[in-house]
Amino acid sequence: MHEPASVRRYDNALIEPAPVRWLLIVVTLAFLAVFLLLPLVTVFVQALRNGVSTYFSALTDADTLASIRLTLVTAAIAVPLNTMFGIAAAWAIAKFEFRGKTLLPPLIDLPFSVSPVIAGMVFVLLFGSRGWFGPWLSEHDVKVIFALPGIVLATTFVTFPFVARELIPLMQAQGTEEEQAAMTLGAGGLRTFWHVTMPNIRWGLLYGVLLCNARAMGEFGAVSVVSGHIRGMTNTMPLQVEAMYNDPGEYSAAFAVSSLLALLGFVTLALKNFLEWRHGSELAALRGRG
Amino acid sequence: MDISIRQVARSFGAVDALRGIDLDIASGELLALLGPSGSGKTTLLRAIAGLEPIDQGRVLFGAIDATRLSVQERQVGFVFQHYALFKHMSVLDNVTFGLRMRRRATRPPRAEIRRRGLELLELVQLPGIAERYPNQLSGGQRQRVALARALAIEPSVLLLDEPFGALDAKVRKELRVWLRQLHDDTGYTTIFVTHDQEEALELADRVVVMNAGAIEQVDTPAKIAQQPKTPFVAEFIERRAAAAAT
Amino acid sequence: MSTAILPSAAAAEMSATAPLTLPNPARSVRGVLPGFGLSLGFALSYLSLLVLIPLAALFLRAAGLGIEGIWHELTSARVLHALGLSFGGALAAAAINTVFGALIAWTFVRYDFAGKKLFHAMIDLPFALPTAVAGIALTALYSEHGWLGAPLAQFGIHVAYTPLGIIVAMVFISLPFVVRTLEPVLEEAEQQLEEAAATLGATRRQTITYVIFPTVAPALLTGAALAFARAVGEYGSIIFIAGNLQNVSEIAPLLIMIRLDEFNYGGATAIAAAMLVISFAILFGINLLQAWSRRHA
Repeated sequence: MHEPASVRRYDNALIEPAPVRWLLIVVTLAFLAVFLLLPLVTVFVQALRNGVSTYFSALTDADTLASIRLTLVTAAIAVPLNTMFGIAAAWAIAKFEFRGKTLLPPLIDLPFSVSPVIAGMVFVLLFGSRGWFGPWLSEHDVKVIFALPGIVLATTFVTFPFVARELIPLMQAQGTEEEQAAMTLGAGGLRTFWHVTMPNIRWGLLYGVLLCNARAMGEFGAVSVVSGHIRGMTNTMPLQVEAMYNDPGEYSAAFAVSSLLALLGFVTLALKNFLEWRHGSELAALRGRG
Repeated sequence: MDISIRQVARSFGAVDALRGIDLDIASGELLALLGPSGSGKTTLLRAIAGLEPIDQGRVLFGAIDATRLSVQERQVGFVFQHYALFKHMSVLDNVTFGLRMRRRATRPPRAEIRRRGLELLELVQLPGIAERYPNQLSGGQRQRVALARALAIEPSVLLLDEPFGALDAKVRKELRVWLRQLHDDTGYTTIFVTHDQEEALELADRVVVMNAGAIEQVDTPAKIAQQPKTPFVAEFIERRAAAAAT
Repeated sequence: MSTAILPSAAAAEMSATAPLTLPNPARSVRGVLPGFGLSLGFALSYLSLLVLIPLAALFLRAAGLGIEGIWHELTSARVLHALGLSFGGALAAAAINTVFGALIAWTFVRYDFAGKKLFHAMIDLPFALPTAVAGIALTALYSEHGWLGAPLAQFGIHVAYTPLGIIVAMVFISLPFVVRTLEPVLEEAEQQLEEAAATLGATRRQTITYVIFPTVAPALLTGAALAFARAVGEYGSIIFIAGNLQNVSEIAPLLIMIRLDEFNYGGATAIAAAMLVISFAILFGINLLQAWSRRHA
């Protein structure tokens, strides 16, 4: 006997009732819109408040250009340094056994646990005029604090773990067999690394570099401590934003420069999502859940 | 409780998982749903439980049209292949879960719940592990706890989805014997899904051989083995017997 | 499952927020692959020079004050207030983010709706956006004439330049930690556990409370801890929207900065050391709690 099935509602069994689902969706979207989306929109609205030409003149102002250059130079030094460290540390940890190995990852994570202001401060303690090396440095007329070296040091400290913590679990998971195979086939260390290891880690490496760079360019607190805040000389872009913001006449200019940094944020997010989507299986970030 | 399946059908997109199934299950019977993967046996089991919606047809528990009832209301005891024990709860808390979740009106007092839980653990021959946690038990023990948990709610029907599939051969054989004994002692209507013809023929009162969403034959194990009605049944029994012999 | 000794605070801002762990020992014998000495040597030197020695210098400097000196610095009203504001505000922000982060993670993992992919990608925005930019944007938004500040002012709620603004900024900066930590755990949660609970008669609410929630609680706690740790030390996104009035809306990192400007290195290091010690202690405690809660995994 054929009978049409009654309308079965499975809501009660395995999923929340529709009104609850809709409420959660609305609350989620509202929360995200208010807390995340609105601030982002504000940046651009305030930047363009006084018109497009004012926007562009703010961006091409000499001090702004100097700050952009300083930011790029800083990142160009900090990121490769931390990348080299990340590769070295991951290679040592992932491919070898040694005593004290388990201590390394938590130590590498240390900069994450430290407030950026404290990160900048430790270098002032070392290289500031009243620091450990202060007298020696001024004797030899070397400026670290209030100059590029200090800014680079602070930025490097803060972005220290990014590449390493991406590569370590990744290379761990990949093991050593391929490298060992390459060696039995006669490849030397560097060739093995370049031709065997690198292709396996390149997406994870890129991901780590991406995050490292974004943080390096956007770092504020640590750099704020070691910089002299001298416009046109020791201001990175975030510092320049602060300087302009505190100057009543340059309010929207501050947002104009911020919009560049926001664009950097966008690009970073977009690339990050792309990498996760396309190369998700090769990214440690999506493996190793704690 | 008698169970009746009337013209139950279910499709997943273009695939017909169940095609117009008719089946009557007598109260207290131990029934096997046997077939290769994709035959629809698990879908049918889950449909009886209410874990799977159906597109057409009805499921009757006795005189009641269960198709209208939610999973909770159907009061089925379901045992999963991978036990689905609550890892953060002790064995006793797992077993008494169903009783503890009852609404105040129908919930027994705490002491009574505890007593029933311990009683059930005795029934499944696992005395003394009440305070242990699932991660401290072997596979066979876990499955018996899962069974005790299902029995605790005094279900209208006991449904087992490849209950011994995750266990090694020796444990499987032991539990098979034990399950038959348990069924005879408790008298619950029991339906279990398996792809292992030896298991089905050895254990069940009747066997339902399924293929591609339809029933090929429903008969006692003896008749299935000696008088297969369709080429598929003949081949399935023979092939599995040959495989089991190697 | 091993855990790091110290779970990282702003752990991997945009990658998995799990602390670095070593799940599988390398199977190689030392010496088979080349470059051990070089890589480890370089790594250790770099680590020491850049991280360990500078941090050690900090604690040495603080220790140089002597117990009395440190005590004197830390018990001044201004310092106590700043520490209380930083830690208290971070706690409030972590609590808010725990609740909403859980709701948000649940919604993204379980439901489908228009614009889901876009909003989902947006959750990482606080990781990607430079803190100073976030700071001035939030201030513009919540000031008396801002899009949100103006209507709130009608109700007598003032956000900008008050402790409330500090909490808002902290919520912004630490939201992704909770969501990103919780999501993978929710995704992996076995559907069969929920089905089992339903067959045993549990209502949806009971299933969520007694079965799902205990399973994800450790991850939720981790996310909250990471959010807390990040918010405590945060500077850039907060100093614009905070009033920075001492004893009212002055966060600890700012006070450290001020002490440095005064060349009061002793004071600065005392506060910094106190912050680090308290943060490490809290994170260590959470780590222990998690290890305990995983005993039945």
